[in-house]
Amino acid sequence: MATVIFSSELQRLTGEPRTEVSASVYRDLVAELASRYEAVHADDLMAMAVAIDGEIIHDPLLEQVGPGSEVHFLYKIEGG
Amino acid sequence: MAKTHVSTTVNGDPVEFLCEPSETLLEVLRENLNLKGTKEGCGSGDCGACSVTVDGALVCSCLVFAVEAEGTEIGTVEGIGSNDQLHVIQQKFLEHAALQCGICTPGLIVSTKALLEDNPNPTEEEARYYLAGNLCRCTGYDKIIRAVMDSAEAMRGGA
Amino acid sequence: MSEAREYKYVGTRSIRPDGYDKVTGRANYGADLSLPGMVWGRVLRSPHAHANIRSIDTSKAEAYPGVFSVATFADFPDSARDVIDLARNCLAEDKVLYHGHAVAAVAARTVAIAEEALQLIEVDYEVLAPVMDVRDAMLADAPVLHADMFTGGLAETPDTASNIAQRMEMSKGDVEAGFAEADVIVEREYYSPTVHQGYIEPHACTVRFDESGQSMIWCSTQGHFDVRANTAKILNMDLGSLKVIASEIGGGFGGKTVVYLEPVALTLSRKSGRAVKMIMDREEVFMASGPGAASRNLIKIGARKDGTITAMKARLCFEAGAFRGSPMGPGCMTVFTPYDVPNQYVEGYDVVVNKPKVAAYRAPGAPQAEYAAEMAINEVAAELGIDPIDFRLQNAAKEGTQALYGPTLKAVGLVECLEAAKNSPQYQTALAENQGRGLAAGFWFNIGGLSSVRINMNPDGTGTIVEGSPDIGGSRASMALMAAEELGLPSERLKPIIGDTENLPYSGTTGGSRTTFATGMAVVEAAQDVVRQFKERAAALWNVTPEQVEYTDGVASNTSGDDKLTAAEICAQAERTGGHISGTGNINARGAGPSFAVHLADVEVDKDTGKVTVLRYTAIQDAGKAVHPSYVEGQYQGGAAQGIGWALNEEYIYSKDGLLENAGFLDYRIPLASDLPMIDTIIVEVPNSFHPFGVRGVGETGIIPPLAAVGTAVSEAINVRLTDLPCSPPRVLKAIHDNA
Repeated sequence: MATVIFSSELQRLTGEPRTEVSASVYRDLVAELASRYEAVHADDLMAMAVAIDGEIIHDPLLEQVGPGSEVHFLYKIEGG
Repeated sequence: MAKTHVSTTVNGDPVEFLCEPSETLLEVLRENLNLKGTKEGCGSGDCGACSVTVDGALVCSCLVFAVEAEGTEIGTVEGIGSNDQLHVIQQKFLEHAALQCGICTPGLIVSTKALLEDNPNPTEEEARYYLAGNLCRCTGYDKIIRAVMDSAEAMRGGA
Repeated sequence: MSEAREYKYVGTRSIRPDGYDKVTGRANYGADLSLPGMVWGRVLRSPHAHANIRSIDTSKAEAYPGVFSVATFADFPDSARDVIDLARNCLAEDKVLYHGHAVAAVAARTVAIAEEALQLIEVDYEVLAPVMDVRDAMLADAPVLHADMFTGGLAETPDTASNIAQRMEMSKGDVEAGFAEADVIVEREYYSPTVHQGYIEPHACTVRFDESGQSMIWCSTQGHFDVRANTAKILNMDLGSLKVIASEIGGGFGGKTVVYLEPVALTLSRKSGRAVKMIMDREEVFMASGPGAASRNLIKIGARKDGTITAMKARLCFEAGAFRGSPMGPGCMTVFTPYDVPNQYVEGYDVVVNKPKVAAYRAPGAPQAEYAAEMAINEVAAELGIDPIDFRLQNAAKEGTQALYGPTLKAVGLVECLEAAKNSPQYQTALAENQGRGLAAGFWFNIGGLSSVRINMNPDGTGTIVEGSPDIGGSRASMALMAAEELGLPSERLKPIIGDTENLPYSGTTGGSRTTFATGMAVVEAAQDVVRQFKERAAALWNVTPEQVEYTDGVASNTSGDDKLTAAEICAQAERTGGHISGTGNINARGAGPSFAVHLADVEVDKDTGKVTVLRYTAIQDAGKAVHPSYVEGQYQGGAAQGIGWALNEEYIYSKDGLLENAGFLDYRIPLASDLPMIDTIIVEVPNSFHPFGVRGVGETGIIPPLAAVGTAVSEAINVRLTDLPCSPPRVLKAIHDNA
């Protein structure tokens, strides 16, 4: 089971600070969250960057999410 | 208005061109003579990217009318160093990594050459003030000044 | 992946491969390409800060002799609506939102004719009141820029339009409990102004539209693939029909990651059937490109007597300029990240104002936010009587610290930078009267992302490294060094070039401190691909398996015999062993390591004029591994100089009607050679294990610490807390007089 930790922003949509998801691929994790929380849409999540076990990943889709992984959603960071 | 015919010397070569009276030396160097090494950063004499020499005097070519070039000797970056050998100033700029994006570099090479002709043994402060008319946004000037001081020493016969 | 290794090429100070062209004036920048039959484009810009456009009549301009075409927003196809803010920033649709906002463009035989024709375009404006400051723009009765802007990120979306595009909130722990525990609390609001990246090369492009799918843009940009994507989107073109060539670029710092001229120039080209060149003059660069965002930031920090920070709270209000999209997000994410504090609350606002739409400026959002936080940290330390380095060491983020935005930091170098600051020669020096010292930390995430590289080996064993990251600071030198290390060949035999959009798959924009990290990783992968092929070819020649071939230092050896072949010999026979050798690295790089920095500034203030002289400056930053130390030092020094300018002199000055008054280098005063001392640098190396050589990006973090380092130093020198930037002579004098 991967642990998904919601930012304060997302907490407003999910109603809770964290949850467990059993998915091994990021795309499936997103689909699971979108089906679990009415206010959360897959497209919005896919537009965000994500940190999986501390590693920030832009444009995630097929990333492996292991059991015990920690997942945070972030805004995409661009630089200058 | 009819164009003006100008005869001048650029980097030792005799050159002729036609230009509007309102055109600047910078515009003519770049567009008529295809010498793109001299850059426009501001068009108002504030950045020094367009530095050239006119009869040995360091000027911003964006502040000189092209017609003023008549009968003078213009020196641009293209006239510094040769195909087989860089000028020591150019070599020192490379060794000291005194450029990042390089847009200010032609102007600085021209200005540094003029500085060291005026004052072959400048202090760091003298170099900084002489070159204050050449803006650089990338380097913070540190490596540029090191390159200039090292060039000065080399040109005086040092290392 | 990166144990401490002895490197042969990485870490050396090679001469950059593009250097000869740069010191001789041969290098070609954005304004340096001319094409046959080319005409010149110029832009008509709004004289008002805020107005409705009732009508635009271009008929007289179109009829003017020497004019080849005229363009307005009406010439953009419907696809532009998918990127409506970007399209409207290129050419205004029904409103002008800042002084200098583009309204129409003309292509003519000469620049002079184009400008005369611009005067013939009749625009009927209904002038509106402008709003020029984030505080004013957030008020309920502020003039509203966009009737369809309803603040996002609130519990309930309001039904009244406002200038607040977005609100964001992040928290962990319990800040109120944290403040209750504190013995000292500092709460202060800080202001940083609109600033410009100040690149010396104005935006420029030469373009040619071609009906048969061969359209071309030559432009000065940090990201030519994104120029292609955005221009194609606005103009409804297939990506395959538009080639973008990145010229050499004369500075960007984030400001050349956006298109302004290209879609307009290509439209003028399409309508005229001619190649078109467009160059912004310096005034246009200030008025109508993308400056760095102004911000008003309220910071509250609480700490116990023993030096433990118990709570940190921030309210960050960023100006986005005319359209939504300030760097408020990264500002919120970086503001307190140098500190391991369990109770944090950060609230951020993205607010539009009648100024040009902001673009990235080196670690966008972080300088503004961390300026405020670091000033407050210094004040807390002073109130507690604790040395500012020790105070930071006590609370420093380290490996295992959880950042406010969620993830836990891996190995990072903040502590090492603080210790280096403490031991630095500058820190041991005493100060004299009217002098002050300031210190500040900085954090930036750095990004990875998409990079594509091909290494093509020639029959004589030289090679070309084709990569897609426009080189704004000398990164090509580092690419050659990394390839050399991996291939065991001298870097002089490996020539790095920047491919155009038709030479490579998509490569991400140069920015986010990603180039040496991500493109470097792709270079290593391509080089490893080449080595694998070297081994296969040698094996075939020796009739062994590739596993029996060792390759070191440019030589392949048969481990089960005496045969040896140099890389050049393998390449010479490549035709006969399967074809020429070319390696690919096409990646989405992950594992970018953050870079922490600590800067020290010593200043002296002339109490009669308010002028601040920077006496001494040390920039300390974690590079992970400095592939080319000179260019790493260069990034530290360049960032420091920009930050010093931001702290001491730089700001956009507007009239009460919202007109920009200092759109030139004379009055928007960036540091000169005579303004700065030598900038000492200390490269800390805490390797980033995700990169083959341990690289962390370094390009951006260096602009963050100077703001508070200098702000604190000036405050110390005059014994008055300054909270507004810049600390320019009039402001410093006023502070001295008000507190005399």
